[in-house]
This record gives sequence, structure tokens and C-alpha cells, in this order.
Amino acid sequence: MINKETVFGRTSKIIFLGICLIVTIFPLYWIVVTSLKAPGTIYSLPLDYWPKELSFENYIGLFTKSDFGVYMLNSLLVATVAATVATLISLLSAYVLARFQFSGRGWVMAAFLLTQMIPGFIALGPLYMMMTNFNLVDSKTGLILVYIAICIPFCTIMLRGFFENVPDALEEAAMIDGCSRLSALFRVLVPVMMPGIAASFIFNFVNCWNELFLSVTLMNSDENKTIPTALAGFISSFNIDWGSMSAAAVLTVVPTLVIFAFASKFIVQGLTAGAVKG
Amino acid sequence: MALTSEQTVVRGSKTAGAPQEPNTTLRQKKRFNSRTALTLLAFMAPAAIFVGIFTYYPMISGSQMAFRNWNLNDLSDTSWVGWGNFVKLFETPEFGTIVRNTIVWVVGSLVPQVVIGFALALFLKRHFKFRGAYQAFIFFPWAVSGFLIGMLFRWMFNAEFGVVNDLLMKAGIIHSPIPWLAEPGFAMTAIIIANIWYGVTFFAIMILAALQSVSDEMYEAAAIDGAGKVRTFFNITLPSIAVTLGLTILLRIIWIFNFPDIIWAMTGGGPADQTHIITTYMIKITQEGDYGQASALGLIVVFTLMLFAAFYLMAVRPRKEKR
Repeated sequence: MINKETVFGRTSKIIFLGICLIVTIFPLYWIVVTSLKAPGTIYSLPLDYWPKELSFENYIGLFTKSDFGVYMLNSLLVATVAATVATLISLLSAYVLARFQFSGRGWVMAAFLLTQMIPGFIALGPLYMMMTNFNLVDSKTGLILVYIAICIPFCTIMLRGFFENVPDALEEAAMIDGCSRLSALFRVLVPVMMPGIAASFIFNFVNCWNELFLSVTLMNSDENKTIPTALAGFISSFNIDWGSMSAAAVLTVVPTLVIFAFASKFIVQGLTAGAVKG
Repeated sequence: MALTSEQTVVRGSKTAGAPQEPNTTLRQKKRFNSRTALTLLAFMAPAAIFVGIFTYYPMISGSQMAFRNWNLNDLSDTSWVGWGNFVKLFETPEFGTIVRNTIVWVVGSLVPQVVIGFALALFLKRHFKFRGAYQAFIFFPWAVSGFLIGMLFRWMFNAEFGVVNDLLMKAGIIHSPIPWLAEPGFAMTAIIIANIWYGVTFFAIMILAALQSVSDEMYEAAAIDGAGKVRTFFNITLPSIAVTLGLTILLRIIWIFNFPDIIWAMTGGGPADQTHIITTYMIKITQEGDYGQASALGLIVVFTLMLFAAFYLMAVRPRKEKR
């Protein structure tokens, strides 16, 4: 819009953006405040909008009374391995889908897209039975394998968009110089596409870090549980301990929040790359 | 978006991409020998194997369960029952409520998400100081899992110690606490508010990206012709992003339809099964062990969504052809 902003327009913009910001941030603020209150004071009226005295009891309790440290390490391990492998595999499939016209390409894309449409729960029962047969129930390896599979379709679609932004000439030149297709991909294309690949990796990581229903179904021993399974445990008990719950929530959100803060620009690029072109 | 980019590519290579096409096909004809084919196959194989084993096999095997008597509590008789599971579902007394809730959940979440997201995108379009930082903050809901969002809002909507009631009472809007999650009507409102909170950013970002792809010349031309802000919006902005917007909405509808996490964490479908949507109800029957009925419900979801998507695309497409 060429014409200058009016005072009215400017004020309404600031007010609107301000309200959106407050409403977006408030739940995070509130959960942090709750987690920092001493356990007894959470259930006292009137509500305090800042803890009368800061207490880390909820956090200490998580690590001493439950195995939250173990759950965090499990989540970190499972999400890192699954996201890395899924990104590598998707890199290969996205490359094929972006660069070659072959019959059946449309079907492959459709098959990937369909996985995004179907409610996962239809597969939950059979998956559990299959994993039992493979002896992979309650095993981190099993969970990693399943997570790789659920990350691949969207990651492929996302990476395909990035490949299409890179000219063919780049790897053609490398291949004329005697590179194999695989080394051309990793030596020439991957460095150029690093932001996109990072975004895909982060997206996978956060998805695995947050995944709930599969981990609840497949994991049951304390040594193998991931964070979401532990969080789900909070609501199955009749009385929810909101203090520990809040502390656990903060510890779950902060790592992903930090990653997103640094990478939001790339993630936005990645998610919208396919969208706007169409 | 992703759904049609495929078609766009195909169509593009026939028309707009014509100049470079002969070159591409020549090159591929020359090199598309058995060696290249093998490489491609090898590149696709890992993805195909993973998705095949861990996604498609269980899905297909789950689909046939829909026509069997398959209850985890008693696997002695898993005989074929035809449409029996579907009939049983339709006869469930809550089925009507569940369908109605699903529609309320999708429409009630989607419309405010689009409207607020659109407004946000329009305000964010023009560059201002701290816009990058602002966007990073607004991005926050995306880093949180659906389940955790449900828990956050469950705590905030707590009847006794919840901050929502406290704020509303301080503002003088209500005089006694609302039992948010104990009354079906209020509970539906609360879960939808949580979902709106979650989804606005998505639309804001998608719409912003679409807006930024509209060329400035169009706006300049409109300004020269003396079009006001409202006319510019309806005659230029909206038509330019209609296709992206339409597809974003479609994907979002499918996604919200299949998104039980928030409800599962906030109400678990309660009170008295009054806030179940189809997917939360599916979790409930899965947990009870009746895989047959759960799969039947899953198939209903898949076919409903496919039909919906087909009709929706038919409704959206002609406008695209005209331009």
C-alpha cells in the first residue's frame, strides 16, 4: 500500500499486534509462574500473578521423586536419532521426486500425502501387534523406527520444495566432473540447501519430541518412557499435581522454544515454500 | 499448496515451461538408462520401506479389522462381520453428539483462526522495527505439543484456581466462577478457544507468505486508479491469494478434524462423553480394546475427508482456471 499510514491505522495496528502478543505469550507466562510457586501456594486464593517467593521445589521434586531426568534423556535420544535418519532418507527421496519425471511419481506423492490425511489411530492397534511380533514393544529402537516412518512423508514434501529452488545445472556440472550422483548430492546440493535441511531436521525433531499417542502405546517401562508419556501419566491419576505438571511442561517446552526461536525464519520458509508456488 | 503443486508442475511443463522442455526430455531420455533407474530406485527405497512397513502395512491391516469382530479383550472369535461394526457405531446413542461436536470443533476453530490470522498477516505485511522478533514470539504455540497445550488450558480454565475465571471476575464480566470443564457447553467453548490460540499463527504465516508473493505493481496500479483500501482488498488482495488460501484451509480442515490432542488432554471427552469428537472417541474405543469398531470409525473418517476434499477442490478449481 503506497499511501502513508494514518494515525488511526497505526494505533489500531499497535493495539491489535499488542493484544495478539499478550494472548500468545500469556499461557507460557502463567505456566512458568505456576511452576515457580511453592507447592502449597498454588491452591490459594486470591491468585498471585507473581510468586510471593520463588520456589524451585516443583523442579527438584520432578528429578528426585520421579525419573524425569531419564525421560528427558530418552526423548533427546529418540528425537535426535529419528530426526537425523528421517532427514537423510527424505533427502534422497525428495531429490528423486524433485528432479525426475517418471511414471508413478504422482502416485508416490499421493501416497505420502495420504499418510497426512489418515488418522493415525487406525494403525495403532495393528502397529502394536506387529511391534510385539518384532519384539520391539517398549524399546527405544522400536520407537525410533516408527518415528522415522512418520517423519518421512512430510519431510520429503518439504525438502522437495527446497530442491526445486536449486538449479539442476549445479549437480549436472559436478557429475560431468566425474562425481557420482550420490556424491554430487552431498557435496554440491546439501551445502547449498543447508537452511532448508536444518528446518526439516528441526521440524522432525520437534514432532518426535512432542509425539504422544505412539509413545503412550508402545512404551511402558520407566527406563524407556519419553517425556510425553510421563506427562500423560499426570492426567491418568485422579488428582493432577499442577505444580509438578507445570514444571514438567516448562522443561518440555523450553528446548523446543529455543530451537524455534533461532530457526523460525527457516521453518517458515520451508513450510511456505511449497504453498505459495502452487 | 502441496496437493496441487503436483498438478501445477505437470501443467507448467506443458505450457509455461515449454522452452526448456525439449532440453530436459532429451537429457533424461539419454541418461535415463538402467543405471540411473537403479540409482533412483535405491534413493527411493529407504523411504518406501519405512513408510510401507510402519505406516501402510498397519493401516491396511487395520482397515480389514473394521469388518471383523476384533476385540483385544477376547480374541477367540475374530470372524468376519461385514458391516456389523459400522451398524453398531451408528446405533451408539452418543454418535449424533459426536458428529455434531466434530463439526462445531472444526468450524468453530477454523473461522476465527482464518479471520484473526488474516488480520495478523495484513498487519505484519508492512515492515516495521522488531517485526522479526515479533514473528518469533508469535511462533511460540507451534513449539508446544497439542497435548501440552491442552494441559496448559486445562489449568487456566480450572474452575476454582484457574486464571481465566480470575481475570473475568476482575474485569467484572462475570460474578461467580464458571465451571468451564464441567459443563458441556462451556467445555466445548474452552477447547475451541485453546485450538484457536494454537492455530492462528499457522494461518498468519501462510497468508503472510502468500501476501508477500503478490506483486507491488498490482497495488500501485490500483492506487493510481484511485481504489480505496477496502476495494483494493477485495479486488486485488483476496483474488490474488485465493488459491493458496483455499488449499491452506482445506489442509487445515483435515488436520483439525484429525487433531484429538487438545481435547484429550483438556476434557478426555467428558463430562459424560459430551465433548468427544470422532477422533477422541476413536482413541476411547481403541483403549477399550475394540479395534474392530475403532477401525470402522477410522474408515468413516478417511472416506468423509476424501469426499470432502474432492468436493472442495471442485468448488475451488474453476476460479483458478478462469484467471
